[in-house]
Amino acid sequence: MTTTPRIVEVRQNVLKHNDEVAHALRSRFQEAGVFVVSLVSSPGSGKTTFLERALTMLRQQCRPAALVGDLATDNDAQRLARSQTPVKQITTGSLCHLEAAMVDRTLEGWDLKELDILLIENVGNLVCPASYDLGEDLRLVLLSVTEGEDKPLKYPTIFNSADVAIITNMDLAEVVEFDRAAARANIEAVRPGIQVFELSAKTGQGMDELLAYLQEKSAVRSPAS
Amino acid sequence: MHELSIALSILDMVDEEAQRRGDVGIEAIHLKLGLLSGVVKEALLSAYELASEQTRFAACPLVIEDVPVSVYCSNCNAERSIRSVQCFCCVECGMPASEVVHGRELQIWALELAE
Repeated sequence: MTTTPRIVEVRQNVLKHNDEVAHALRSRFQEAGVFVVSLVSSPGSGKTTFLERALTMLRQQCRPAALVGDLATDNDAQRLARSQTPVKQITTGSLCHLEAAMVDRTLEGWDLKELDILLIENVGNLVCPASYDLGEDLRLVLLSVTEGEDKPLKYPTIFNSADVAIITNMDLAEVVEFDRAAARANIEAVRPGIQVFELSAKTGQGMDELLAYLQEKSAVRSPAS
Repeated sequence: MHELSIALSILDMVDEEAQRRGDVGIEAIHLKLGLLSGVVKEALLSAYELASEQTRFAACPLVIEDVPVSVYCSNCNAERSIRSVQCFCCVECGMPASEVVHGRELQIWALELAE
């Protein structure tokens, strides 16, 4: 006698747990009036240099802080401590991405009401972080001029999941014969309408425009605070 | 490479669901996997094989249904396919479109229960 299996629909998202934690974080951030920006990119695209400059500049205008994800070291947190803003390291071990629960855990001990903007640096990886919501308001994807113009076409998922694209290390653009127009066209192809900024965290070129944009977005989100 | 943790989550969730239904046997797990989920099908299948070894799911296949990307095209006022993931344009009218309707799925959509 053969039995036919009964099919039942369950419709459960595999990342349900992460999504729930991210959702709760987002509510907490909103309530405390913190605007949260996450950064994703390949390793070595200049995320930490960018963060250092951004934190130093933001400190003149508001109360920024950062969480930085790293596989094995706390080098980034030590570097960023120079910006004299609160910085905590999330050491992920062998994990290739941050998850909402790690953000949640690392925030322990911080009074979110004392912060205006929180920057979360993901692990350098253009694949895995795409799937995980961290409760952020904006996701920034960084592309260094040294990486080549076709990076967005090779990693469309992460570029498509981002809200803002940033082309970094513009001070090197000429040396590496970076094709600006091609890079921008490729970004636009995988994420039509995305806002793109070009900057150099080393010289400071373009930083003002981006930070003004973030502050404007932050004001729109929380007019009451 | 986060497919192993995804595979482990799938097993946990299915185990929980099976318990909830009176410890019923599971004969197959059906998963919807979007092209933009950030998860690679082949890697997930091998991770699943590894993760399910020596568990009650060792003989229970993970059946993956690929979900292509579709977007909302404001020009056509309809859900449309895109030319490719390298070109988020409506296949019908060519208009760039970024509002993803399908393709991010990573969902256990059905289970086959043993009677």
